[in-house]
Amino acid sequence: MTAKKEESSYVKRSDGRKFDETREMRAEVGVIKNADGSALFAFGDTVAVAAVYGPKHLHPQHLQNPQKGILRCIYDMLSFSVPERKKPGPSRRSQEISKVTEWALSSTLDLQDFPNTVVDIFITIISANASTRVAGINAASMALAHAGVPMKEMVSAVSIGKIDKTLVVDVSKEEEDYEEGEGATDIPMAFLSKSGKLSLLQLDGEIRPEELKRALKLGKEACKKIYELQEKALKEKKTGEE
Amino acid sequence: MEISKLTKKRIQEYIKEGKRFDGRDLLDFRDIKIETDIIKNAEGSARVKFGDTEVLAGVKMDVGTPYTDSEESGNLITTVELLPLSSPRFEPGPPGIEAIELARIVDRGIRESGYLDFDKLCIKKGEKVWNVLIDIYSINDAGNLIDVSALAALIALKTAKFPKYDEKTEKVLFGEITNKKLPLTDKMPITFTYYKVGKNTIIDPVSDEQESSKSRISVSLMNGKELKISAIQKGGEEPFGKEETEAIIDSFPSVLEVYIKKIEKTFKLE
Amino acid sequence: MSEERKIVIPGEILASGDEYLPGDGTRKEAKDIIASRYGLAEISGRLAKIIPLSGGYIPRYGNTIIGLVTDITFNGWLVDINSPYSAFLSVMEVPRFINKNELAEFLDIGDIVACRISNVKRKSIDLSLKARGLGKLEGGITLHINSNKVPRVIGKEGSMIRQIKEATNSEVIVGQNGLIWIKGDKIENELKAKEAILFVVSKSYVEGLTEKVKEFLEGSKPKETKVKEASE
Repeated sequence: MTAKKEESSYVKRSDGRKFDETREMRAEVGVIKNADGSALFAFGDTVAVAAVYGPKHLHPQHLQNPQKGILRCIYDMLSFSVPERKKPGPSRRSQEISKVTEWALSSTLDLQDFPNTVVDIFITIISANASTRVAGINAASMALAHAGVPMKEMVSAVSIGKIDKTLVVDVSKEEEDYEEGEGATDIPMAFLSKSGKLSLLQLDGEIRPEELKRALKLGKEACKKIYELQEKALKEKKTGEE
Repeated sequence: MEISKLTKKRIQEYIKEGKRFDGRDLLDFRDIKIETDIIKNAEGSARVKFGDTEVLAGVKMDVGTPYTDSEESGNLITTVELLPLSSPRFEPGPPGIEAIELARIVDRGIRESGYLDFDKLCIKKGEKVWNVLIDIYSINDAGNLIDVSALAALIALKTAKFPKYDEKTEKVLFGEITNKKLPLTDKMPITFTYYKVGKNTIIDPVSDEQESSKSRISVSLMNGKELKISAIQKGGEEPFGKEETEAIIDSFPSVLEVYIKKIEKTFKLE
Repeated sequence: MSEERKIVIPGEILASGDEYLPGDGTRKEAKDIIASRYGLAEISGRLAKIIPLSGGYIPRYGNTIIGLVTDITFNGWLVDINSPYSAFLSVMEVPRFINKNELAEFLDIGDIVACRISNVKRKSIDLSLKARGLGKLEGGITLHINSNKVPRVIGKEGSMIRQIKEATNSEVIVGQNGLIWIKGDKIENELKAKEAILFVVSKSYVEGLTEKVKEFLEGSKPKETKVKEASE
């Protein structure tokens, strides 16, 4: 369905998964009691936790938007989430991810009724095995809903990889590091649940236009399954329990 | 929202009568939950909860050159980050004084006790030693981050294992772990903090109790043949009177016993 | 007559058809009524709306709320009512005359006050003490719950909170903003009332809650603290 197997060197996934199979996913809501909303999302060993605080008062004043509330997103990784310790503090990579994450989520939010306020989302990667930003977006989307922030639809994200010439769903670190043939192309993407629109798209590697279209199609399908998991987690959270 | 004057007053009144809102004794801990080896990429990791307060600690190892005044010893670096996700009172940004002090309290407890055998972390004198990096993160702050952090750091250290080291290239093979534990002695440091509320002292406060307190004393004890103290930190502006201080010191053995019993319900310390 | 409620998530369709009207927390796209927030879907006749399960307090005119005084200005007090917007109690909204020098004496920083919302502006809220039962609250303890649970805690015509007040011999004021003040004759009774309220919050979805609360109040002893804050 996706691989030109006779031309690609990547005929079997390193962990034995099918090409369109994600790792074992986990979704849970309400994991941080102090937060207004919180959630955990995992693709195998990649675990992201998101906490939402707000809408709340925003300091300093010059950052306020008098017409609607703003969204502020901070993505970070624990130092020991990766094999070689990551120095604490924001890197340029984490700042960029924070921004694209904010953009992936903000179109679904309706903060017209909350001028001059801020909704803070903190995404922390507890354990990393590639596909961290998409795990973060999945957790953040649930956390925002959980917090009761007015939201038009959910956001589901996944990474599609082109490993040599083979398209795969949910890229692992081993796949990200693949070097044979055309190497690895990593394509994180996010889709909105109701409108089906694309709210996150990034790519690094080498890909043909036709392959990209197929990758987007694969991603959209995978995101439907992810949405089901997010929905289940939010509905299992019993109405009385916070 | 900040604590109100009335709740603060009530907490003090109740504590004066030797009682607490959740029914605990003044010198008792909340229920403790401990999980270890939960993070694949860490050489050691621990998730510790006291009631709703949750902390994650991880150990990462690396090799480097030793300090010139300790050519045969490895190094320990302890860092604490009070994550904004764990409480509305933490802002994003570099560690502030609360995180810095906390890290130093935890570090002193481990370092001064002699628990970690620094000399056994030496690979080649003057040239290559192991560095042990403990990183501690708050996940949910419901009071007493100091003690939860200290315990999480201790347990992460206790369960940590060396990563593989290639002697030829003199490089660490990150991601590959051995079965060898870190060189630890039997001088395990147990840290806990007394919080002064009005004229009384309590252990393991919840957030409201902690906000009603203006001073604290953290101690790191070693429970060997003889009870010894390896580190102390008084924090906060209110002074402690002579009798208060002596009463605290006299309570060390009993609080230590209560603490260890509570820990051992979920984790074997020895 | 309402149908059974189920949890819906943002983007989910509650009902489909020309006859339906979009209520709170929903929007209409073509024939579909779609959830614009997480909550319980309630379809009552032609109106489909969402009952929120979470989210902050939305201040409404006339609400009785409880707040914490955070600052004193030359003509009033700034009050934290757990909303993203600042709330202000003007000295003119106090039933008796307050001299400009005795503001702090009347209400100091850190004091708890029961007020009424007299005006909701776009970015700020005005408070008033001009009604019965309002003013500085002395003694007792305060408790914070999610404002969406307040109706459950109060109960039908106040039945739930009355049951708790009587069983614990306590005064209780439940602010619409989720802040609750409890004053009992003994601290044990205050804590019992607090636990009963938290019990209601944790089981707010359960049927026959009034009975269960009655059992809880009769059975619980001061030392028994099996109901944790914001329970799991």
